[in-house]
Amino acid sequence: MSAALLIDFGSTYTKLRAVDVEARRVLATAQGPSTVTSDVTIGLDLALAALERKLGRLPKFTHRLASSSAAGGLRMVTIGLVKELTAEAARQAALGAGAKLVGAFAYRLTPSDLSAIEALAPDIILLAGGTDGGNAEVVRHNGARLSASTLQCAIIVACNRDVAEEVVAGLSAAGKNAILTRNVMPAFGVLEIDPARDAIREVFISRIVHAKGIDRAAAQVDAVLMPTPAAVMEGARLLSEGTARHAGLGDLLVVDIGGATTDVHSVAVGAPRRDGVVQYGLPEPFVKRTVEGDLGMRHNARAIVEAAGPSVFATRAGLTETELNAMLDAIEADVERLPSTQAEIALDEALAWTAVRIAVGRHAGTSEIVQTVQGPVTMQRGKDLSGVTTVIGTGGPLAHGATPSSVLKAALADPADPYSLRPLRPTLCIDADYLLYAGGLLAAIDPDAAFEIARTSLRPLEEREAHEPRSQIA
Amino acid sequence: MVDNAALPRATGAAINKTLITGVIGSDTHIVGNRILSIALENAGFKVIALGALTPAADFIKAAIETAADAILVSSLYGLGELDCRGFREQCIEAGLDDILLYVGGNLVVGKRSWEETERTFLGMGFNRAFPPGTRTDAVIDALNCDFATRSALVPST
Repeated sequence: MSAALLIDFGSTYTKLRAVDVEARRVLATAQGPSTVTSDVTIGLDLALAALERKLGRLPKFTHRLASSSAAGGLRMVTIGLVKELTAEAARQAALGAGAKLVGAFAYRLTPSDLSAIEALAPDIILLAGGTDGGNAEVVRHNGARLSASTLQCAIIVACNRDVAEEVVAGLSAAGKNAILTRNVMPAFGVLEIDPARDAIREVFISRIVHAKGIDRAAAQVDAVLMPTPAAVMEGARLLSEGTARHAGLGDLLVVDIGGATTDVHSVAVGAPRRDGVVQYGLPEPFVKRTVEGDLGMRHNARAIVEAAGPSVFATRAGLTETELNAMLDAIEADVERLPSTQAEIALDEALAWTAVRIAVGRHAGTSEIVQTVQGPVTMQRGKDLSGVTTVIGTGGPLAHGATPSSVLKAALADPADPYSLRPLRPTLCIDADYLLYAGGLLAAIDPDAAFEIARTSLRPLEEREAHEPRSQIA
Repeated sequence: MVDNAALPRATGAAINKTLITGVIGSDTHIVGNRILSIALENAGFKVIALGALTPAADFIKAAIETAADAILVSSLYGLGELDCRGFREQCIEAGLDDILLYVGGNLVVGKRSWEETERTFLGMGFNRAFPPGTRTDAVIDALNCDFATRSALVPST
């Protein structure tokens, strides 16, 4: 047997998935607490002990791979020139690398921008600006500002190639750790974020893992490959594209509801599906990730209610506004709180439904009819996801909730909102064993095994809700 | 066969200049603009073609990011005056104070003389306005001439 251990050093839990690579199956799952702030190995040892109890004895693992979102995740700040152009391209690169975007800046950095960046204390800054041969002056200015700052983090330079080397040299001379990579927007309207994404991942492996103390587990882990959101993305990409031996699932969407944020990943070109539709705005990355920092089931429960409108929300949850407020107060007082009463379960379902509704709405493209002298023309912004064939729900509220199907249906197209280009008739699935990240990690070693294992974790949702208690998966 | 050698080229100060082209507003007429963009590219300019249905703000954003030297606005459906209102002011606001601005096409509807139309657009801050039926050579000549004048005024470093 060739066994692999796939670890997620999370912010709350250290999660383990032990898989049999040859037999293409999950051997066992287990979890321990997250102990990155003290000593990462304590939580890992506890999780391994739990795994051992389930398996009798631990197999000899051929591969031990990890992802991490612990210690605040990979905190990044992006800087670009025009907000909708290189600043947006830089944002896309950071999100695509699995970062937690803590700040996004555009145009010339002001002294107060710089103070804000210093206060944010990011792990990595991505500095963009100007197309190749385009504006050079602003990125030069921003590079000089960063040189004069107290920042000690890595600075990845992905700007106008005419000045990129000069900017890196300036930063290095000021004692900064500057890394040169290709421009995120080499020509107008051309998004080339993969080199920047690779550079971010490189810095993550070489520096951040150490800085966050995760490398204390070096004796028990072969490699910490990427931030967990990047592992989920890799898992989604693998399921969509398939491997040389397995046909992929095609265009898909992953919705990941968490305590603090809701992440949405789409793997789809998203080009207009009808003739004569004009695409507007920047091209979208094929694998696109958005993070909704205001939509979290626990840390941002009140923000979800506010976004939906308290009275509309209360009606959906079947609560009065007074009851709703009292329950939100209780959640804010104890963010670890799990629902126990019928009313709390209803509240959580309404929170999850609303988070999915809003997050997918922001991720999906929109169409708009513009009246011209020649007649109406349809313009599309963002990705048309109406043709997506699979929608996968992951994260606690979906994997453990009582009505995952009705929650996940919030991702679908709604006749009341015809201009939002959401999936029309996809198969709805739950990543029941939380294996997307594990698939993303294992893909680096054995894509076929990773595909088959991640695929078996997908549980299609029936039209009728399954009300029997769902097995709790660590 | 087109004899490339016979076509007008970017000369002198116009060499290596970056131009933004596009059709402004809710205007879908793309053919003339595409012909112009191809001719400009063949003449040796670096052309960023934004295509049809382009809002005024997008010309300006593209010009900032690419450090463009000129913006060439096309309008064919008669609402050019409305769409181009405040264009120069928006450029100044964005720090593109001196960018060269051209406009051309069927700029207005009704019985206005070309002289009157041209006056209107020059008054709005465009450096040149071109009537319907302008040949691409005329635009290339104008660009060569304007870039030469500008480089004579501001010696390049």
